[in-house]
Amino acid sequence: MSTIKIAIASGKGGTGKTMIATSLAACLDKHVPVQFLDCDVEAPNAHLFLKPEIDSLQAAVILIPEVDQDACTACGKCVEVCEFHALAQMEDQILLFPQLCHGCGSCQRVCPVSAIHETPRQIGNLRFGKARSGIRFLTGDLTISEPMPTPIIRQLKSHISGKSMVTILDSPPGASCAVVATVHDADFVILVTEPTPFGLHDLKQMLGVLEQTGSPGGVIINRVGIGDVRVEDYLEHTSYPVMMKIPYLAEIAVVLAKGEVFSDKFPKYQAEFLDLFQEIKRMIKSEQQVCG
Amino acid sequence: MIILISSKGETLQSQPNLRFGRASFFIEYNLSDDAWTAHRNDAVKESSGAGVAASQFIINRHASAAISGRFGPNAQRALSYADIKMLTFDETYETIQSVIEGYKSNRLKAF
Repeated sequence: MSTIKIAIASGKGGTGKTMIATSLAACLDKHVPVQFLDCDVEAPNAHLFLKPEIDSLQAAVILIPEVDQDACTACGKCVEVCEFHALAQMEDQILLFPQLCHGCGSCQRVCPVSAIHETPRQIGNLRFGKARSGIRFLTGDLTISEPMPTPIIRQLKSHISGKSMVTILDSPPGASCAVVATVHDADFVILVTEPTPFGLHDLKQMLGVLEQTGSPGGVIINRVGIGDVRVEDYLEHTSYPVMMKIPYLAEIAVVLAKGEVFSDKFPKYQAEFLDLFQEIKRMIKSEQQVCG
Repeated sequence: MIILISSKGETLQSQPNLRFGRASFFIEYNLSDDAWTAHRNDAVKESSGAGVAASQFIINRHASAAISGRFGPNAQRALSYADIKMLTFDETYETIQSVIEGYKSNRLKAF
């Protein structure tokens, strides 16, 4: 059985990705098996709302080269092939900069004397647990001072189970590698934005990402009432619909600050989230028909 | 003896660049005959690892000293491993020429 992967991204940070992701998960949890991945491994926060019980922990690792200095002839082929400058050629040996290594393995492949083998280096943790009635909850965290979130996101995603009907991926902010790693294979991407120039600017970057990945998507405008109508005006000329609007209310901020799930405290939105899911399924289907 | 100085431009009258890995140019200066060359720093466009890439360039030029405003941790590790002296100038040095004079009169600080 395959799962429907819905990623929630935004571009601009603080627009309400986790508010939407946790509400959608909570509403669907009452009806279908759901798994939730907090892919914002640099600042995971979905656990504050869904309050999972974590029952297992796994080290997140990347494979980095280890140079056997006795076998190494310091020919420099590994230094040449490394896109990330994680290796430097000294007169008599190769110097490794572990934090620059993306773990691609090219150095090992090009070494003519097999002096390089790969060794795991821990860069964070993966945590697995259960939340609410049946949400399978997966989260990861990057160790402080480690620069690369993408390997953790990839490892977290390798644990996606086909047994859950719906998979919700809460993306990091921005439109960088970590976001692409989260959303690139999603069946649908919800973009949460706010009606401000910053919201619009970063939304456009995310729409650019979706043009590349080819996922269908839609937009939720949060904090309606601040800012202006430029986001809506802009979207009118795109193929991305506005799927939901949430007003700017101090009461919502209060609920979120307490770590409560938005749709629990504003129950009239529960039906809206279920409708949103139906609409997403419909859009995925029509996309498949067009592409199929 | 060869020294390399991080620079914003391609001549001895150019402004020195306080940044090492992301300087646009390195001015290579030969103290034995006062000959000099400007090298474009390819590391400037790297998304990461610019310090290591720039250090590799300095190492490959067989320099005895690298001169900049400051050195990041990776550059520091690579250059010190290769026994290349790291010296620093501050914003009071307005041209590469003045940095070279500072070097000759031992006024530059060790990093």
